Amino acid sequence: MAFVQQSSPHAHNARPTSRVMLWVILASLPGLLAQTAFFGWGNLINVVWCIAVALASEAAILKLRGKPVAFFLKDNTAAVTGLLLGLSLPQFAPWWVSAIAVITAIVIAKQLYGGLGSNPFNPAMVGYALVLISFPVAMTTNWAEAAMLFQGAPGFGETLARIFSASQTTVDGWTMATPLGEYKHKIASHTAAEVLGHPTFGDGIARGWEWVNAAFLAGGLLLVFLRIITWHIPAGFLGGLVLMSLAFGSNADLYAPLSLHLLAGGTMLGAFFIATDPVSAATSHQGKLIYGAGIGVLIYIIRSWGNYPDAVAFSVLLMNFAVPFIDHYTPPRTYGHHKPRRGLPGKNQG
Amino acid sequence: MTQLWDFAGGIHPAENKQQSTARPIRAAGLPERLVLPLQQHIGEPAEPLVEVGERVLKGQKIADVTRGMGVPIHAPTSGIIESIAEMPVPHPSGMSDWCITLTPDGEDQWRDRHPVPDFHSLDRETVLGIIHEAGISGMGGAGFPTDIKLRPPKDRKVDTLILNGAECEPYITADDMTMREKASEVVSGLKVMAWILRPERCVIGIEDNKPQAIEAMKKASEGTQIEIAVIPTKYPSGGEKQLVRILTGLEVPNAGIPADIGVMCQNIGTAVAVSRAVFEDSPLVSRIVTITGDAVREPGNFEALIGTPIDYLLEQAGLESQKVSRLVLGGPMMGYTLTTTAVPVTKTTNCVIAATEAELPAPPPEQPCIRCGQCAEVCPMDLLPQQLFWYSRSGEFEKAEHLNLFDCIECGACSYVCPSSIPLVQYYRYAKGEIRVQRAEQIKADRARERFEARQARLEREQQEKEQRRKERAKAAAEAQAKKQAEAEKAAAAGDAVDDRAAKAALVQQALERKKAKAAKTGPEETAPASSSDDKPDIEALEQQLNQAKSKLDTMQGMLDDAKAQQADNVDKLERAVAKNHDRVQRAEQALADARKALARTTESQTSD
Repeated sequence: MAFVQQSSPHAHNARPTSRVMLWVILASLPGLLAQTAFFGWGNLINVVWCIAVALASEAAILKLRGKPVAFFLKDNTAAVTGLLLGLSLPQFAPWWVSAIAVITAIVIAKQLYGGLGSNPFNPAMVGYALVLISFPVAMTTNWAEAAMLFQGAPGFGETLARIFSASQTTVDGWTMATPLGEYKHKIASHTAAEVLGHPTFGDGIARGWEWVNAAFLAGGLLLVFLRIITWHIPAGFLGGLVLMSLAFGSNADLYAPLSLHLLAGGTMLGAFFIATDPVSAATSHQGKLIYGAGIGVLIYIIRSWGNYPDAVAFSVLLMNFAVPFIDHYTPPRTYGHHKPRRGLPGKNQG
Repeated sequence: MTQLWDFAGGIHPAENKQQSTARPIRAAGLPERLVLPLQQHIGEPAEPLVEVGERVLKGQKIADVTRGMGVPIHAPTSGIIESIAEMPVPHPSGMSDWCITLTPDGEDQWRDRHPVPDFHSLDRETVLGIIHEAGISGMGGAGFPTDIKLRPPKDRKVDTLILNGAECEPYITADDMTMREKASEVVSGLKVMAWILRPERCVIGIEDNKPQAIEAMKKASEGTQIEIAVIPTKYPSGGEKQLVRILTGLEVPNAGIPADIGVMCQNIGTAVAVSRAVFEDSPLVSRIVTITGDAVREPGNFEALIGTPIDYLLEQAGLESQKVSRLVLGGPMMGYTLTTTAVPVTKTTNCVIAATEAELPAPPPEQPCIRCGQCAEVCPMDLLPQQLFWYSRSGEFEKAEHLNLFDCIECGACSYVCPSSIPLVQYYRYAKGEIRVQRAEQIKADRARERFEARQARLEREQQEKEQRRKERAKAAAEAQAKKQAEAEKAAAAGDAVDDRAAKAALVQQALERKKAKAAKTGPEETAPASSSDDKPDIEALEQQLNQAKSKLDTMQGMLDDAKAQQADNVDKLERAVAKNHDRVQRAEQALADARKALARTTESQTSD
């Protein structure tokens, strides 16, 4: 009899990449539900549309690259990229804006860099940043006004028609700026109390947004609990943002308050679902903390002193640049060694 | 309660231990033949002490290590030496090696045995000698000779003696069952080792998934100072470095040994072997082996003679051969696959898994690394497995070494959790192997370079010495020449010619003088003696000149010969120089001859006057 010859270990308990990605998708559902409940059908339609475009473009580029299409499509990573873009883009973003973002993410940011595992930049954020810079009007005027679903929000058909219509006329009463954008825009000429009195902010912190962020926080904690992600990047991310806000943003008449930073915009989605993309993030625990904190600090800087109301995409991309550097200087201390071996070979041998 | 520490990472694979703990340890009995590899563990292979056809008794020493590190091998039962030949041995490569094959005669007749009534009355060296002569090597891992291990370096004191009963690998239950059934032997063996080492602390670490073993060991160690430490079940808690950390909070320094921090680990089976060696004068001729896996009907543990073929044990456990897909020697995390069941049990064989396809399925196809970092989460050595993987795959071994590749214990935790099903450990083994080869080649290259450089230096030195000699000769010649020249100058005080050009001038002068003299022949007589006295030193000067030119020619000729012998590139030059000097000598001779004739004529004319 011929026995199987295999190198150890012989036992495996792999949670395959496809299942890891499936968990990410599942964990994002509470956030998607909250988005749909407060902002209408837009996000749901975007998510479906983006995933479809992601799978199609992934299949096309894999075929062009001569790679096994089914093998890679089954890993669900393209679906997650589409999902993240669908969750991040404005609810009424025109279909072609979403498509350009997704195709850029999959074809350029992911596959042209070598495909799964080889991309230095977070693909979804590359796509997002591209459309944000290229189509600033479409990207800032298509945010849905918060209204409970079935209570005055545009219906499914209307939303669909708007996203896929050829003409992009702004319909009053449907859209508005995001709370962060609104605050940034108005605080120059108003007091904090006046700004927060605007219906955008509702009775809570940022009408609807706080629930969306809370739902993403819950989904993110599930991922930490399932050990799909570690706590380091979200903790660094939120910690950096909080520290910056405490240090510089104590005057609400000048800067958005901390609660708005944490619960408006894409903060929780960014902290738990976007910054934690392992391919483009730092690897060691210490490195992940630094990487996350860098994103948090940059988000605060861009939101407070930059031109963009939200800054997750730029911050993530900027920290992606820093990953190789962070990785070189944050290896763990190996068992039996006095100190970690930082830097490159030949230096700091310890 | 013993204080415990945690180690980094670790995993919780399915234990699969209950299959082989349901039955008590069975005696495997006598197989038809026993195959005893001469090399069963690290160190030097043993050399046979017996001849083919010789009858040996149980416990008789049949092979021993005379040079280098190792322990003797004993006949596991009485019988006839059938052959000493190359046979398949348990090795990942499936290779063959020299083995003694013994055909048991069924009598199981012991050699004379002389158990020690009270080992305390002996000195420690004697007891260490008994352990060595009993052929005991570590029965858990690499099989390091136990007597050598029990002699820590002189400047190291073992404060903590650890008996490793963790047995963290799935499937394996040999130590578990040994502790359950042979607790008193474990304790007495441990006592012997403790007596040798005199540690302050003596602790048996057992994972909490072995309650019966814990109970048995607690009972057996009652009234002693032996601690039973119940440690949380987490693979690889039984790794030496991990267990040291769990029980002492200390870390074995990299490239060091536990004795560096005052710790020593011994194996459960080793303790039993030590006990038998000291109290029964019974060498290591058998061990407990777990035979398990879904392809055997009655999995369990066997007390098998060393050399028992594995197929014999599998048969006893009820092998269903058509079900076997993979045969693993050792555990599912660190064991290796066998190519054949025709290999024997050695001193380090602890488990054989006859696994079905469903039990240990082939891993799914490898996918790209998504840098998820699960591997780093579970690494018990706090390495960065994914970086090591990249660097190993891309051949950047320097970077892999920088990230402590050689601290990897190959426990397999990273591969176990990898969602992309990357055979990480295989990459590390590859990289380690490549680096070792490179190092060996580097050493070889260094030696070759040293040899070459030494040769170059020698040749250069010889050349310099030759040059030095030549210079000395030249200097001596030059000095001699200068001396002669000085003398000549002294002699030719009137400014007579020194070299051939001057000689010519002198000749011209002489000729002029001769003419003058001829012209003055009719002149006043008193000039003649003056002229003749002028002529005489002239001859002497010319003679000196001739000698000088001759010696110069000789020197040149010598140099030319040297140069020819060495095939130097200045041969042409020297040849020309020699020819020139030759001319000079001839001219000088001519000049001298002319001068003599002239002198003779003058004298003649004077005489005729």
